[in-house]
Amino acid sequence: MRTIAIFREYDSRGYDRSTEDRRRHRQLVEDAIKKNIGNIIAEESIIGQSKDKIIKIPIRGLKEYQFIYGKNKPGVGSGDGSEKRGDRIGSDEVDRTEGPAGNHEGEDIYETEITIEELINYLFEDLDLPFMQRKKFHEIESEHSYKRLGYQKRGIPPRLAKKRAVIEKIKRKQQYYRGVTEEQLQDGEKQKERFPFKEEDLRYFHLKKDVKRESNAVVICIMDTSGSMDITKKYLARSFYFLLYQFVRLRYVNVEIAFIAHSTVAKEVSEDEFFHKGESGGTYISSGYAKALELIENRYNPVIWNIYAFHCSDGDNWVEDNEKAVELAKKLCEVCNLFGYGEITLGYYTPISTIRAEFIDKIHYPNFSVVTMTKKEDIIPALKKLLDKDKELQE
Amino acid sequence: MMDYTVRELEKWNNKIEDIVEEEGLDCYPQEFEICSYEDMLCYEAYMGMPSHYPHWSYGKAYERKKTLYKYNVEGLPYEMVINSNPCIAYLMRDNTLFLQIFTMAHVYGHNDFFKNNRLFVEGTRAETAIEMFKNHADRIRAYIQDPGLGYEQVERVLDAAHALRFQTTRVVGSKKLTHEQQKQKILDKYYEDTKVVSCLDKKKNIAFPDLNQIPLEPTEDITGFILEYGKLEDWEADILRIVMEETQYFIPQIETKIMNEGWASYWHYRILNKLELPQHLHMEFLNRHNQVVRPFKGSINPYYMGFKIFQDIEKRFGIARIFETRKLERDESFIRRYLTEELCREMNLYEYHKRGSDYVIKEISDEEGWMNIRNTIANNVGMSSVPYIRVMDVSPRDRTLLLIHEYDGRELDLTYAYATLKYLAELWKAKILLRTVVDNVRKLIICDENKKISMNGA
Repeated sequence: MRTIAIFREYDSRGYDRSTEDRRRHRQLVEDAIKKNIGNIIAEESIIGQSKDKIIKIPIRGLKEYQFIYGKNKPGVGSGDGSEKRGDRIGSDEVDRTEGPAGNHEGEDIYETEITIEELINYLFEDLDLPFMQRKKFHEIESEHSYKRLGYQKRGIPPRLAKKRAVIEKIKRKQQYYRGVTEEQLQDGEKQKERFPFKEEDLRYFHLKKDVKRESNAVVICIMDTSGSMDITKKYLARSFYFLLYQFVRLRYVNVEIAFIAHSTVAKEVSEDEFFHKGESGGTYISSGYAKALELIENRYNPVIWNIYAFHCSDGDNWVEDNEKAVELAKKLCEVCNLFGYGEITLGYYTPISTIRAEFIDKIHYPNFSVVTMTKKEDIIPALKKLLDKDKELQE
Repeated sequence: MMDYTVRELEKWNNKIEDIVEEEGLDCYPQEFEICSYEDMLCYEAYMGMPSHYPHWSYGKAYERKKTLYKYNVEGLPYEMVINSNPCIAYLMRDNTLFLQIFTMAHVYGHNDFFKNNRLFVEGTRAETAIEMFKNHADRIRAYIQDPGLGYEQVERVLDAAHALRFQTTRVVGSKKLTHEQQKQKILDKYYEDTKVVSCLDKKKNIAFPDLNQIPLEPTEDITGFILEYGKLEDWEADILRIVMEETQYFIPQIETKIMNEGWASYWHYRILNKLELPQHLHMEFLNRHNQVVRPFKGSINPYYMGFKIFQDIEKRFGIARIFETRKLERDESFIRRYLTEELCREMNLYEYHKRGSDYVIKEISDEEGWMNIRNTIANNVGMSSVPYIRVMDVSPRDRTLLLIHEYDGRELDLTYAYATLKYLAELWKAKILLRTVVDNVRKLIICDENKKISMNGA
């Protein structure tokens, strides 16, 4: 006996039952990103990335852990018949199959797309910097212009508002005629009389000091590019600068960035040179500071610029320069919103460098901070330490 | 937009059913549900079940399916059929008329397989499948809504239960002995072993078995073991049981992936050839068939391998044999019995293994190689792809649980093992030891009560 299949049209009426599970999954993925944010951000090129740029983060899916076999398990595949024993068909670095990715158990292929801004937001959310919302713009008042704001009856001749005075006179004239009776009108003579300005018609501009609000910030990246700063150290510095830049950019409308590379002499360089060109020879930290001060003097007047200067070094400074470096650092503290010194040392044993000790000992500005970084994981705490200074200053 | 009417589907379905009957397929009553692309993705994420408990992994499955479809890398697009009576299958509304015909023919193959294959007959109850999932969903939702528990608590247990879901009895239809029966078995074995049958025998020195040992015999059913000896709250145990029942429902499908897809492909091919499709549909059929049933470079396409083997069995032994095969075998035995040297050669199968960070070809399908390849497939299909780990002992003092991974040359993925042990510790609530082999050296992985992992030589 045979029953004929039933056909049903299903209509979910727009209800998607996976919504909640997808939301939860997405949330867990975000948590995972947040936990790993230091590593993710450290991979990105420092600037020139628009905040809307979408970067792809390879979230290999949230893992659903089970006992599974590792990579040493044998596998079987179809080929084209030309394979020979001992042929290398792939390696871990490159995906070995052209076949459907879905065939690989446990390998989740999808990537999550996220903008740099979202990423930065996750990060700062995590750093617990609540003031960011409250004071988005750090404003500087520069009182050099005036604005006309209404009129007043008294004033000095240069501020006479001619047009307004004429209007006032016409008003008075109209009022005058409205008040004049019929008989008076018959006296035509009077009508032709001129109707002169009177003192009461005159108006003067009311001027108010215009408080122009500036929202400019500059991040001055100073780095020791002498021989002892190797790739790894620069990499840490780069990640740090990137985050600092991102942070500053969140708070100001107009943000510039300047790079100063120094060994025994300092010069302003492009981003590329900054991170990729190394020099040999010794180190005068003071040269970098002098250059920064020069830059501030020429381009970034502290009256209208919020200045964030940060110096990365491995602490290897020539002794005769220490005193001068401390002096100039103090000067920087006076003009900058924040000035930070980051010492990048690799390895477990990290003796305190002389220059760092000198800084800690001799510089007591509230906007100065010294941080140490030895590995990628230190970047975020270092940034937090630096920014906490900013927080204190504002409170 | 639909380029067909339901009327047309019914017309083609009738023709297909005529052939199904003629050919002797034995199916549950069939139901087709026509649904949208989004609904289809939902069904696939929840394994076709109209009702299923919530968990983030299904949200992930949804996104994953969507990505895979976007890159067009799944076998038969939008084919979903579930093992239930009546058998329910979904047709995606936007598919062309041809694809619907193709899918329907394919579905009848699965339907017959569900109804007849031994593993499904013994291991699942098709009549109550839908209700079972509905019931599970209701129970989990009730726990979530319980103000004393809530979402996160339930999720915590579900995460752990999912991590261990395949560490359960893998032999379908095996009878579980009671403790008394087990003890009797052990005693019988002891008396048998120590029996002195002649005066020439030396007195055997075998210790009397410890009948208070937990477990009495090593067991692969870790989930079941936790349920029996763990210190779970009732609701936790219930969640674990729900996941276990679900796994038992799916094990037959895991164990017969190649056969099941091969069988369905064999039948869609046969049915469509008999349908006398109009010329243009016939061309589409050949195209589509070749797309679905094609070798994947570098891996195994179950549709392709299963199809090839069933065709070969039919050619060599006649049609009755394929019916018998679909009834009795599972992938492992199917491959061992029927994957021949000729087929290996035809499919250009090769075996690779890892050397350093490279994958290197170890065997090719020639006279010496093909059998190794066949055995490798047989040893890695279905539940054999899940590491065989057994509970050996529980320390009476502090409940430390000892597990042994029965090493067969395949090592555990350690990252996964560590994480999974933590889930196990979450449920067992005491220290766990796992003996395994890493780089040919015996190791003991320890997960303490605080879920701190360490590894020693052992």
